[in-house]
Amino acid sequence: MTSTTPAAMRPETPPGAPFKTGHLVLHAALILGSAAMLLPFAWMLATSLKSPPQIFTYPPSLVPDPVVWRNYLDTVQAMPFGRFYLNSLFVAVSVTSLQILTSSLAAFAFARLRFRGREILFLVYLATLMIPFHVTMIPNFILVRFLRWFDTFYALIVPTAFSVFAVFLLRQYFRGIPVELDEAARMDGASSFRIWGQVIMPLSGPVLAALTIFVFLGSWNDFLWPLVVSNSNATRTIPVGLATFRGQYNTDWHLLMAGSVIALLPVLLVYVFAQKRFVEGITLSGMGGR
Amino acid sequence: MTAQSAPAPQQIAVSRWRRYRPDQQWEAYLFLLPSFIGFLVFVAIPVVASLALSFYDWNLLSRPEFVGFENYSQLLTKDRVFRKVLFNTFYFIVTIVPLQLAFGLLLAIALNQGLRGLEIYRLIYFMPVVTTIVAAALVFQWFFNRDFGILSAAIWEFGAATGIPIQPPDWLNDPDWAKPAVVVLTLWKNSGFTMVIYLAALQGVPTELYDAAKVDGASGWQRFRFVTFPMVSPTTFFLMVIQMIGAFQLFSEAFVMTQGGPAQATLTIVYYIYQMAFEFQRMGRGAAIAWVLFIFIFIFTLVQTRLQRRWVHYETGGES
Repeated sequence: MTSTTPAAMRPETPPGAPFKTGHLVLHAALILGSAAMLLPFAWMLATSLKSPPQIFTYPPSLVPDPVVWRNYLDTVQAMPFGRFYLNSLFVAVSVTSLQILTSSLAAFAFARLRFRGREILFLVYLATLMIPFHVTMIPNFILVRFLRWFDTFYALIVPTAFSVFAVFLLRQYFRGIPVELDEAARMDGASSFRIWGQVIMPLSGPVLAALTIFVFLGSWNDFLWPLVVSNSNATRTIPVGLATFRGQYNTDWHLLMAGSVIALLPVLLVYVFAQKRFVEGITLSGMGGR
Repeated sequence: MTAQSAPAPQQIAVSRWRRYRPDQQWEAYLFLLPSFIGFLVFVAIPVVASLALSFYDWNLLSRPEFVGFENYSQLLTKDRVFRKVLFNTFYFIVTIVPLQLAFGLLLAIALNQGLRGLEIYRLIYFMPVVTTIVAAALVFQWFFNRDFGILSAAIWEFGAATGIPIQPPDWLNDPDWAKPAVVVLTLWKNSGFTMVIYLAALQGVPTELYDAAKVDGASGWQRFRFVTFPMVSPTTFFLMVIQMIGAFQLFSEAFVMTQGGPAQATLTIVYYIYQMAFEFQRMGRGAAIAWVLFIFIFIFTLVQTRLQRRWVHYETGGES
C-alpha cells in the first residue's frame, strides 16, 4: 500500500505546514484504508435500517431505502437490551473500582512498605502474570458453582475484582513518586493509609485514568467468562446478550445488526469524544506502563 | 526476609524507612490482604487445582476418577480433533502475527510523516480496537455472506465489469476460506493497536539518525532498513510476543462468526477448552488442554526471548 511511496521516513513538515505533493499519495492510501476500516460499521448501520426484502436483494446497497427505524423497536422488544446495558454497566463499574482499590492498596505495600517476604511475594505475583486465564477458568467455574454463585453478579464481579497486572502497573508508577513526599507526610504524623489516600493516589492521576479505561473497557467487552457463568437475561452482559440474541434470531440480519449497533453505540460515542484518553489508556496499560 | 538482617548502608532512603519497619510489618499485610485473598482464591489455588484436575476424569456429577496422564496422552496421540485444533491455532499465529505487525508498522510510518489529519486517521484506525468483539464478529459474518454480503457482491461486480471469470468463495461455509475470514476479522480488529504502539516507538527515534543517514546518501528503503527497523525492534519484539499470546487465545472471533466450523476449520485451542468443559462437561480433559496451551505459550515466549538477541537492537538509554 504505502510502500510504493518513496517518501521520507521522518516528518519533514511540522503539523500545520503547507501541503506536500508526496503526502497526496499517502493521504490517498490512508483514506482508502480508512474506508476499509469504516465499511463494516457502515454495513452494520445500513443493514440495521433495512426491511427484510431489502436485505435479501442483489446487489446489496449501503443506503437503506426506505429507512426502517422500527427495527430498533423490534430489537429491544425481542431482547432486553436495556437490561443488558444495566448489567454491563454495573459489572464494569464494580470490577473497575474494586480492581483499582485492591490493586492500589497492594501496590502501595509493594512499593512503599517494608515487610517480611516482600520480594518473594512479589515474585510469586509476577510469576502468575504469564499464566493464561484459561488455565484457571475451569477451577473458577467449579468454585462459582460450589458457592452457588452461578448466574449471579457475584460470579461476574468477584473473581475479576483482583488483578496481578494492575498491581504490577501501579507499583511501577508508585515507585516513580519521590519518597521524600511520603516521609514529609510521615513526619507530620500521617498514617500509611493516609499517605496512600492523600499523597500517592492523588499523584497517580495519569496511571489511574489509563488503568480505569483499560479495565472498564476490558470488563465491558469481556465475553468468555460471562458466557460461562451467566445463564439468564437477568445477568447477561451486552456481549453475551448479543450472542444469545444471535442464537435465537439466526437469520434476521436487520435485527441482529440493530442489536450490534445498540451494543456498540455507547462505547463508540465515548471513544469519539475521548479518543486521546482511550488510546493512552490502552497503550499505556497494554505496554505494562512503559 | 533476609533483607532485614543485612543492612544496606548505601541507600540512605532505605535506611530512613527502616525506622518505621516494626509497625509497617502488620500494616503492610493489611494493605495486601484484599488483593492477596483474591489472588489466592481466584488465581493461585485455581492454578494448582487445574493441574490436579487435569489428571482426573470428572463430569461434575459423578465422582472424580484419577486417570493419571491419560487426558494428556489421549490428546497428544489419539485425539484427531485436537490435532486439527493445533493446526488451526498455528495457522492463525503464523498468519495473524506477521500481518498485524506489518500493517501496524506501515500505518504508523505513514502517520508519522507529519501529515495533516493525524487525529482523524488515528480515530478511525483505532476504532475497531474498542468495539465489542461479538458485534464485530456478527457484522463480519454478514459481511462474508456469499449471496447477500457486500464483499461477495463487490467480487461479482468486479468480475462482471472486467470480464475476468471470478466467483466469490462461500467464505464461512468453505473450510478453506473460513480461516482467512477469521484472519481478516482479527486484522481489522487489532491493527489499530499495533499501529499506536509503533507510532509511539517511531516518535522516540532521534531525528539526527535520519539526518545522518540522508547525509550519507541513504535511500528511503535504506533508512527504513538500517534506521527505523533496528530502532523499533524492541517494540517489534514486544508486539510479537503479545500478539502471539493473543493469537494462541483466539476464541470469540471463531465462536461468534463461524462456531468453530465448517468441519472444525476454525476450532481453536481455547474454543476446544470451552467445548470440552462446558459443552461435553469433561472438566479434567478441559484442564489438560488449558495446560497444553500454557506450556505452548511458555515455550514459544521463551524461544522468542532467546532469539531476540540476534535481531533486537537495544539502544542504551533510548527505549525505556
